[in-house]
Amino acid sequence: MNAATTAGSAPLLHIRDLDVAFRNEKKQPVPAVRGANLTVYEGQTVAIVGESGSGKSTTAHAIIGLLPGTGHVTGGEILFEGQDIAQARKQDIVALRGSSIGLVPQDPMSNLNPLWKVGHQIKEALVANGVATGKAADARVVELLEEAGLPDAARRAQQYPHEFSGGMRQRALIAMGLAARPKLLIADEPTSALDVTVQKQILDHLDTLTDELGVAVLLITHDLGLAAERADHLVVMYKGQIVESGPALEILQDPHHPYTQRLVASAPSLASQRLSSGKQRSEVREAAHKQARHGGGESAAVPADVGRASDDVIEVEGLTKVFTLPGKGPFGKTDFVAVDDLSFSLRRGTTTAIVGESGSGKSTVARMVLGLLEPTSGTVKLDGVDVAGVRRKEDRLRLRRTMQPVFQNPYASLDPLFTIYRSIEEPLRVHGIGTEKEREGRIRDLLEKVSLPTSVMRRFPHELSGGQRQRVAIARALALEPEVVICDEAVSALDVLVQAQILTLLNDLQAELGLSYLFITHDLAVVRQIADDVLVMQNGRVVEAASVEQVFSAPQQEYTRLLLEAIPGASIPLGVVEAGGSSAARIDLDD
Amino acid sequence: MPENTPRRSTPRPGQERFVAPVEDTPLAAIDNVDIDVAPESQWKEAWKRMRRSPLFWTSLTILAFLAVMIAFPRLFTDADPRYAQLSDSLEPARPGHPFGFTKQGADVWARTVYGARASVAVGVLTTIIFVLVGVVTGAVAAYYGKFADTVISRTSDIFFSIPLLLGCIVVVSVINNTWPDRGFWGAVMVIVLALSLFAWPQITRQMRAAVLEVKNLEFVDAARAIGASSRANLIRHIVPNAIGPVIVTATISLGVFIVSEATLSFLGLGLPGSVMSWGNDIAAAEVQIRSGEHLRVLAVPSVALAVTVLGFILLGESVREALDPKARKK
Repeated sequence: MNAATTAGSAPLLHIRDLDVAFRNEKKQPVPAVRGANLTVYEGQTVAIVGESGSGKSTTAHAIIGLLPGTGHVTGGEILFEGQDIAQARKQDIVALRGSSIGLVPQDPMSNLNPLWKVGHQIKEALVANGVATGKAADARVVELLEEAGLPDAARRAQQYPHEFSGGMRQRALIAMGLAARPKLLIADEPTSALDVTVQKQILDHLDTLTDELGVAVLLITHDLGLAAERADHLVVMYKGQIVESGPALEILQDPHHPYTQRLVASAPSLASQRLSSGKQRSEVREAAHKQARHGGGESAAVPADVGRASDDVIEVEGLTKVFTLPGKGPFGKTDFVAVDDLSFSLRRGTTTAIVGESGSGKSTVARMVLGLLEPTSGTVKLDGVDVAGVRRKEDRLRLRRTMQPVFQNPYASLDPLFTIYRSIEEPLRVHGIGTEKEREGRIRDLLEKVSLPTSVMRRFPHELSGGQRQRVAIARALALEPEVVICDEAVSALDVLVQAQILTLLNDLQAELGLSYLFITHDLAVVRQIADDVLVMQNGRVVEAASVEQVFSAPQQEYTRLLLEAIPGASIPLGVVEAGGSSAARIDLDD
Repeated sequence: MPENTPRRSTPRPGQERFVAPVEDTPLAAIDNVDIDVAPESQWKEAWKRMRRSPLFWTSLTILAFLAVMIAFPRLFTDADPRYAQLSDSLEPARPGHPFGFTKQGADVWARTVYGARASVAVGVLTTIIFVLVGVVTGAVAAYYGKFADTVISRTSDIFFSIPLLLGCIVVVSVINNTWPDRGFWGAVMVIVLALSLFAWPQITRQMRAAVLEVKNLEFVDAARAIGASSRANLIRHIVPNAIGPVIVTATISLGVFIVSEATLSFLGLGLPGSVMSWGNDIAAAEVQIRSGEHLRVLAVPSVALAVTVLGFILLGESVREALDPKARKK
């Protein structure tokens, strides 16, 4: 980093006591950011970290005067190169945008106009900032795209956004943000919509590029590990206020504010071990066997000497799914192999994770295991019964009682018109379990199990937060006392703290009820916290299958190694561990 | 801190270590449930939004007035709408007859009050039938797909390509020839069925699109995974979540159907002359335009028609504002 050589003594950006507010329906101001102080020097990378709603993006947007809706700066000053731009006239800020302060927006999918060629859109940025025009601009566009790491840039410039992948679009947006050589680049969650390996590539490239050009970067992110890895200076925001700031490593290794301590404790990329519950893993498995005998009525072998047949609750063999897509010509068809010859088994009372990037076929596997999607070939056996072969109604219901899903999107997995009570009651009602009164008692128990107050029964999903809805979804899944729960990206839409909470809950429930989990995720860091075995998938195939310890300590395949390296912050030594565990950083998530 | 770190170890001015006092931002429990606010369903929320809208109250006043007029016509007029005396032809207003008399010598106001029944009956019945048919066909097409979808979609395309009024004119003239004398309800039902026959594809298309969207949501998969049958799933989860836009279209269409009936009657192809309706009265008063005199005979039923249609369209508009998520953001 050449920050030391190029830096002058005066800061590039200095924010003092910044207040930002939005107006609500009744025109009253609702504060979003309060008393924020922030300093960025030339060539430096500064990161703002916080959960959704913490005011991190609002702070960044206030700098370039792009606050959405009714947002406005109500106090304090934003000094850019010594000039206050908080109260500046509109045209002055417009002049700053692009030429002095660049922006890389969050969502690469919606931030390029689909009707214009990518090259044209970057050229617009050049022309608008008076950098170049005409033929010179066209040549510069190609240079910029090359610089942003797009191979074959001349041809790419002539393509439309839909011909680009997510990572390529983000590179184009970076090229656009840097087109006029700004002094400060604001990167608002630049990679949160991308796969981890792509994220790493793009951030690495952004790092080298901004170092070469001496551009200061203000990085907005929810990922503490990523922030600490990339930034010199760290700012932690919580509820619109800055709760802690300082040198990145120092904060990570010795967090002072209780919120930062929480954040460090629950950042999945920084946690290094499987969550532990009160019970030993072996006890959990024993309980699972008891549950299986009790529930299924099978005379299985004793847990100490587990027979092969009953040990694997799910056995998948040669599972293949081929989708037929429209091909060339009006009647042409092409085959797309989403899942290719997949075999694995899930041992009772354990968690098997399926990890893969988008398009790897992992969710298709989940749907086939659940029997929601017919496999093209291969079998899924649940307790020795072929899932796809179930025809009779009572068999189908028994299958459903044994296996339940928890889905990814907490905003879509509950019927918005059903109260929480009806949502959890539905499985009981469908299976004709209990009387009205008994069912209500059962629902109270279930809500207690997932640590929700029973008063949420009368509420509707839109009145709960994402994490709370996910708890309700878990309660619904547990209503039928299943042996297996399929979690399809069950925590990936949640904020880190809430994610950690839900993972702890899932882990405790596993210990308590002897559940077996099939855990579908894109996040290897989460795998380490919850899983015993792991399958790494790429393009529909299993790349590597082993126990979690093996995969993390000695990955056999190149692709697995890539995935592991891409976990942000994985290489950062944590102070709390080195300090002999005496620090109070590992606080409990009581709630 | 490791020695080889490239990061600066001595912070620069403005970047010193800062820790906010805990009292400034007290730590809230993670993901707490807000139990102070009373629970509310989406329909209840929509109702709350609707209650704030002046459009809604305007339309409700109009429609309430109309409902009372239909239920208790005697509150508004003592005159017998069927009693006509040629000596009263086109007579001006006099006590008990606020808008004077038609060319046939009947009371203009009484005919308008009693005529509301037929117009509103056509509007309401057509809306009910066309919503029922449209919702069922649209939901079946989208949910079961494949063959059912092809048959329903192509059939609805065919009916959609025939203009509503033109289609009705053909159907009604055929029935007029084969079944000329059919009484009040017979006459109303013929118009209702003719209008429904050519209007249902609108709801079908809307419902199909809405169901296609809802059926891919995760709560539908969750219900399947619970073991609910596919029909129970459709009825319990999908249709209620897809019905919003249909309700809006239905309310607005109600007004359109009333206008359509009036248009058909005006052309002599709607309700037969024996049935009192605004369309028939407007048709009978049409000759006044040529003479330019006694325009009130034409104006009274026309204004009644316009205000009624306005009432339904305003209601539809306020329902749309309450239900439509795009309008909600404003």
